[in-house]
Amino acid sequence: MIAKHSKNMNITVIVNDERYSKNVEPRLSLADFLRTDLEMTGTHLGCEQGVCGACTINFNGQTARACTMLAVQADGSRIVTIEGASDSGEMNDLQDAFHKRNALQCGFCTPGMLLTAAELLAQNSTPSRKQIREHISGNYCRCTGYEAIVDAIATVAQARLERTGKQDD
Amino acid sequence: MKSAAFDYIKASSLDHALELRSRYGADGVILAGGQSLIPDLNQRFTSAALLIDINGLSELSGIDEDEDTIRIGAMSRYREIETHSLIAQYVPMLKIAIPTIANPTVRNRGTIGGNIALADPSTELPACLCALDATIEISRTSSRRSVTAREFFKGHRENDIKPGEILTSIMIPKIQPGYKSAFDEIARRAGGYAMCGAAAHAKVEDKIISDLRLVYFSVGNTPVLASNAITAIEGRPINEASLIEVKVALSTDLNPPDHIHCSGKLRMHYAGELAKRVIRQLVSNSQ
Repeated sequence: MIAKHSKNMNITVIVNDERYSKNVEPRLSLADFLRTDLEMTGTHLGCEQGVCGACTINFNGQTARACTMLAVQADGSRIVTIEGASDSGEMNDLQDAFHKRNALQCGFCTPGMLLTAAELLAQNSTPSRKQIREHISGNYCRCTGYEAIVDAIATVAQARLERTGKQDD
Repeated sequence: MKSAAFDYIKASSLDHALELRSRYGADGVILAGGQSLIPDLNQRFTSAALLIDINGLSELSGIDEDEDTIRIGAMSRYREIETHSLIAQYVPMLKIAIPTIANPTVRNRGTIGGNIALADPSTELPACLCALDATIEISRTSSRRSVTAREFFKGHRENDIKPGEILTSIMIPKIQPGYKSAFDEIARRAGGYAMCGAAAHAKVEDKIISDLRLVYFSVGNTPVLASNAITAIEGRPINEASLIEVKVALSTDLNPPDHIHCSGKLRMHYAGELAKRVIRQLVSNSQ
């Protein structure tokens, strides 16, 4: 059975450190909410079925797929999208490494790749190439250009280690 | 695609969720981690008049222990289970199996209760819970019951949960001294659905296996206990000859159907290969 007149609901979320209150339909995905209601189109929407990872966001401190969550579920939560992570500068080294290594072909997967890579490096400062591949395995799309992405992530892991090592000296 | 319309209520307590379940019957669908339900809704494979969101209910969260048992709350997420010290110590099979599920981002959200309730026979945990002799706890307004994992899975995406009920926790016996767990699967890529997989739990003494539970997944509509293969290997030395007998016995235990990515015959071949792998894991010196 399908609800004939689903009731809109009010939600309040903090996205990239700003508070937003909106009235949304229950079936609206969090990805569509971010893209349409908040006009943050850096969260890409590929498959809408949890496969491609292009809509990856950071939800209450962990990566999540914005297409497999509802906007109403995000009420009271704290979200960081690629716009916020980019503006804060926290992943500038990753972005630079992707740029230098040409770690993209069409770039549609890149926001999700970056947020997923940032989570990996926060959990594991010395990931092997195999661990990098496993961690980004939910962001594979179609181009097959992953070797350069793995290179870029490995380069940043190494550079961050060297930087921390120097600070310790 | 976008889901058809539904109403949404965030349950404020388990009692509230149970009350909604009994009031709305089959129209009230439980939203747990949403990693299968929401894709299914988006693709319009399924629909719901009402989603009952049980995220955040303290009655359904947490992993704890008593003397013999580990209790995993139904809303425990994969990430929490795979990194939990009680799981590493007392349920090593889950520590091996969970990292093979999907990818880290899905594991941040997906829950054990949602996976079990989905009863998808191509997923890992139903077979693991059967091999571990786990018990599933189910509540309804003012009563609760438990059912063994092996009785819980009724068919392809069919389970033992009745209208008005909610799966609340999974009870797993702690691994006993002398026992070992093993797990492996063959998938086309890390995190993809397995074309065939096996979970095994047994007593191992001087490289001889006894009290074995060898359970396959992605071979039919439910997890399958490989009874004849178990008989073929229990009490026997592990060598090429006994492993070949296991493979022969497996052909009477399993009859995997053809699948979009591989024939039933190939799956049967994988089942034999996985038997070798998990048996060798059981008798290897490492846990």
